[in-house]
Amino acid sequence: MATPIESPITFTNVGKARWWQSGIFASQTGYVLLALVALFVVMNFASPYFFTEGNMQNVAKNFSFIAIATLGVTFVIITGGIDLSVGSMMCFSAMITSMVMTQLSTPGMPGAEWFVHLAADDKTVIANVPGLILLVSVLAGLGVALIVGLVNGFCIAVLGLSPFVTTLGMLSIVRGLGYVVSNGRGSFPGGPDANYFYALTSGVVLGMPAPFIYLLVLAVAMAVVLHHTSFGRHVFALGGNEKAAALTGIAVVRVKIAVYVICALAAGLQGIIISGWLGSAPANMATSYELNVIAAAVIGGANLAGGVGGPLGAIVGCVLLEVIRNGLVLAQVSSYWQQALVGVIIIVAVLVDRIRSRMI
Amino acid sequence: MVTTHAAGEPVLELKGIGKEFGAIRALHGVDMRILPGEVVGLMGDNGAGKSTLVKIIAGNFPPSQGEIRFDGKAVHFARPIDARAVGIEVVYQDLALADNLTAAANVFLGRELKRKFGPFAFLDHKAMAARALELFGELRSETRPHDLVKQMSGGQRQAVAIARTRLSNARLVMMDEPTAAISVRQVEQVLGLIHRLKEQGVAVMLISHRMPDVFAVCDRVIVMRRGEKRADKAIGDTSPEEVTSLITGAKEAA
Repeated sequence: MATPIESPITFTNVGKARWWQSGIFASQTGYVLLALVALFVVMNFASPYFFTEGNMQNVAKNFSFIAIATLGVTFVIITGGIDLSVGSMMCFSAMITSMVMTQLSTPGMPGAEWFVHLAADDKTVIANVPGLILLVSVLAGLGVALIVGLVNGFCIAVLGLSPFVTTLGMLSIVRGLGYVVSNGRGSFPGGPDANYFYALTSGVVLGMPAPFIYLLVLAVAMAVVLHHTSFGRHVFALGGNEKAAALTGIAVVRVKIAVYVICALAAGLQGIIISGWLGSAPANMATSYELNVIAAAVIGGANLAGGVGGPLGAIVGCVLLEVIRNGLVLAQVSSYWQQALVGVIIIVAVLVDRIRSRMI
Repeated sequence: MVTTHAAGEPVLELKGIGKEFGAIRALHGVDMRILPGEVVGLMGDNGAGKSTLVKIIAGNFPPSQGEIRFDGKAVHFARPIDARAVGIEVVYQDLALADNLTAAANVFLGRELKRKFGPFAFLDHKAMAARALELFGELRSETRPHDLVKQMSGGQRQAVAIARTRLSNARLVMMDEPTAAISVRQVEQVLGLIHRLKEQGVAVMLISHRMPDVFAVCDRVIVMRRGEKRADKAIGDTSPEEVTSLITGAKEAA
């Protein structure tokens, strides 16, 4: 079918892009990573406590608490959308998880007889199958996230509502539902499986906080999905040119719904992990976290116009925010400065990228 | 520039195609035949019915009357994907490329080559880049598969959009104003690309306002006016002046 080429094509007029003009070196993520390394060096000299094991673990744990949700929101941002409901989603999933766990662990509550029985002393609650309550309650928490993600995706992809408005509404709806189901009270993960729950969410594995390990695994999975599957390719295509994506036969609606579901699930998982660290799921948990999450994604190089972003950028953004926060604490600067500084960094990061792309 | 493929069965044949949008008659009684390897220019003023005709052939909407025959068989397209399945490709005016992806990724967009690893299918980057380079070679376009489309010239973008049609071995390629927004040198390149398609036996329908381009590359020119076909002549039998008067209505038909 291919006619033979008489002479191989030559590139007389078209130069090859140099190594620093392509890939990570030409991306905002690369520049912010560089800034982060510089910041680490500065911190090393500024404070003797910065590179201690305890502080590093603290940093790793703290940024892991928003980084998983940032991975999810990055998917959405790459398609050119936005999800403002992640903060509420974190709270709602965490709440459902701990409420289901408590319910199933209380003999006499409906459904609990399947999971627990009382020991001979009539006081100690014993699980029928250790770990099963944990599994069911986490699945319940992720299940509500799945539903919220589907509703977001349906409104945006099928009904054609704007992502900003839809997820702004969802922010309020989900937060409200959280107050409704809990009556405004916090809930606590309890029962025989609570210890497993705490071990999995705030334990330490191989000297690293457990959430950090989840983050690494999910980030690698995300990189593979984005760059080595056709779904990932379609996510980028959607952000680059949605009309072109539709004309080439990409199932635009399905891809869009999928990214909002992924985002909601990531936020739900993040919320469940945070509740393990806090030891409870208060009704006002993770309020306004969506702003931190989106800020981290944008600092890391995800472009709100769509088409650009990745897991490395999401993590770099989260680490940068956390190191600055940590650094300000170590330097005994008033914590009120943090928020102002984060805003400055968002603008500077995007500004540097703009200047760089003009120079090439 | 008279075609050497004049003999043989037409790849596309339209019989009495008409289209009404409510009370508006956009097309009426259009007959047309396109042979393999033939380049046909479709000309007409705005509102003459060119895009309606192209959209009907591309399967965007069905005709109100008439019959479309492709390769001698009557066809009915419910969606654009049906038209693509039989071998009709459209190169859109805005090219429908994703700027943030590479040339190879754009060529294979929606038709990625994959390799299976157990239950997972991963993109076969190497095979796609190699095939894309081959296609750019056939089109004599200096385009690197790994370059981002946003860094490319207008001519290279055209090459990417056209390479996409070669991927599926299209029999008929319709190009909507491919030379409207690019430089003189790039126009040359695009006309070259059309020649490459013709050499490979692909029928090309060129929708254009630019008279010099149509006369440079087409074997035949069809003029539409007020929803009807007013002329269908070999390029050698007509002149830009005659076509202009047909488009404007100074001359009713020829």
